[in-house]
Amino acid sequence: MQHVSAIREPLITGGKTLHDVTQDICYQVEAKPNIRWIAAMSVSLFFLGIFFYSVYRTLWYGIGEWGLNKTVGWAWDITNFVWWVGIGHAGTLISAVLLLFRQKWRSSINRAAEAMTIFAVICAAMFPVLHMGRPWLAFYVFPLQNTLGSLWVNFNSPLLWDVFAISTYFTVSLVFWYTGLVPDFATIRDRAKGPIAKFSYSMLSFGWTGSAKAWSRYETVSLILAGVSTPLVLSVHTIVSMDFATSVVPGWHTTIFPPYFVAGAIFSGFAMVLTLMLITRVVFKLEDYITLEHIALMNKIMMITGSIVGVAYITEFFIAWYSQVEFEQYAFINRATGPYWWAYLSMMSCNVITPQIVWFRRVRYSIGWTFLLSIIVNIGMWFERFVIIVTSLHRDYLPSSWAMFSPTLIDIGVYVGTLGLFFTLFLLFAKFFPVINMAEVKTILKYTVDNGPTYTGDHAHHAPATHSVTPGVPASAPVTYDKHD
Amino acid sequence: MTKRFALGVFEDEDVLLHAIDNMRGAGVKIYDVFSPYPVHGIDDALGIARSRLPIAAFFYGMCGLAFALWLQIYTLGFDWPMIIGGKPNIALPAFIPVAFELTVFFTCHGMVITFYTITGLYPRFKTPVMDVRSTDDKFVMAIELDENNSALPKLTQLLRENGASEVNQKEMTKK
Repeated sequence: MQHVSAIREPLITGGKTLHDVTQDICYQVEAKPNIRWIAAMSVSLFFLGIFFYSVYRTLWYGIGEWGLNKTVGWAWDITNFVWWVGIGHAGTLISAVLLLFRQKWRSSINRAAEAMTIFAVICAAMFPVLHMGRPWLAFYVFPLQNTLGSLWVNFNSPLLWDVFAISTYFTVSLVFWYTGLVPDFATIRDRAKGPIAKFSYSMLSFGWTGSAKAWSRYETVSLILAGVSTPLVLSVHTIVSMDFATSVVPGWHTTIFPPYFVAGAIFSGFAMVLTLMLITRVVFKLEDYITLEHIALMNKIMMITGSIVGVAYITEFFIAWYSQVEFEQYAFINRATGPYWWAYLSMMSCNVITPQIVWFRRVRYSIGWTFLLSIIVNIGMWFERFVIIVTSLHRDYLPSSWAMFSPTLIDIGVYVGTLGLFFTLFLLFAKFFPVINMAEVKTILKYTVDNGPTYTGDHAHHAPATHSVTPGVPASAPVTYDKHD
Repeated sequence: MTKRFALGVFEDEDVLLHAIDNMRGAGVKIYDVFSPYPVHGIDDALGIARSRLPIAAFFYGMCGLAFALWLQIYTLGFDWPMIIGGKPNIALPAFIPVAFELTVFFTCHGMVITFYTITGLYPRFKTPVMDVRSTDDKFVMAIELDENNSALPKLTQLLRENGASEVNQKEMTKK
């Protein structure tokens, strides 16, 4: 017996059975890559090439290839670092925080969002490592006794906290993601035809059989990982914000930074999740799993966090005035009306004003509007970090050292290059790994399936899925749930 | 060593749960149940004890915290004390972030390594499975048989009565 609530929207549409879920998700892993995937991969590889060239220039000729100067010693590199880390946060929010809050709708999107987290953190880590100038000495950031004597790292420094935060965040996200993947790899392994696929997915699935005891432990592990990941994700961006907040630079030295950065991170992360999901659901025909309802829910989170960020922007201005500190006041006047006014205006309009259109139901449920909005938010959040970093640094206490920053082609190359790196990794993931968590979707299927005529919601116009049968795989007998009831 | 199993194949989790109760009530010892997703209530039905992994996780977390505090206090307080910004050598508030991160790091990795070890999960060239459909859409109940399959006819009937759509037999070789 399938239960269809008259009040709640179904989480998965199209009247899917358990076997349909397996078919639909495994289809893209088993089938040959389609033309859209190949086209997207070619573009990504082109940008990846730009990345390698820019990194080569940076390492061979040194940091002088970037547009940094004596006054603005941090610019695009740290902007991109914070931007990428922030994007990563939505993945953990979806996989951990929404798990703790029992938000079942997360099941369709958590796998891809976690993958996004991991790839975004890889991109983020490129920037501090490249900025070291001599990345082969990157191990100096770890507390290792070195050959020069027992000189240790400085645990009082927020930059070192960052090392610990980012490495913990990356490795924890990775094992959380992989542990979730193991049962799904087992599904692919048990369907695999060719010897290479059988072997690879047997290795990847770690011998998972789905025994009751293993599932019981698996659920315990997932819950605890979610429990530790939740404070972890908050701590990571808190520590990133402390890179700035613990300094004495006007515009950075504020206690509001940790919550403000965390809200901004979730904001930009959800924008990126939406961008990726809107593309993925079309390329892999997953409209029944990632429904308009999912898009609307993510839009709401984006709007709320965007509004929190807006309040933070205004609070900063108020506090600058209220503090009566001349330098602080100038820093904020300079942000809005100084030479970088256009960056400030982009940030305000993209992050605070534009997301308010989500109040309209039509926009929330519109794919076109949502896609446009998600891109605008990503641009806005990039400008937010640029505004915070560059406009605070370029004019500080001493007017004689005021300067302007302009990026070089290599600066731009490294940034768009990491976009190439990110999309290359994401496309590889989407091709070879199950892009939706099959096991989790199956748990919610029985209670949320849209079972045809009994349901009369206003979005019940989805076309029936016609792609769910893989050639060569015999269709199973139809599952009749009400047989024994 | 070869073991023989009777496999009851079920189509639905609720039917499976009833069947587990009835089979155990009839005195049948269930070897294991394989399902495509975690079935809620199966632990109680099968009498699986609550996992002690949370205790292990707490233990690992405490190890991480102790290690982090020791590392920071030892290196900056005793091994190479330096005055940084006129602050005390052992500035505990500044040690909180790293202590927290290492607590999480140890909790997570310790627990996950324990989970993989005790569950016997490691990369394998080949994975023997009872029924390949159990990772797709079927719920498979395995009951161990003796050399002569003497219990098979009775088990088949019992499984059928409890809603199994198929009853199969499988030999598994374990090294």
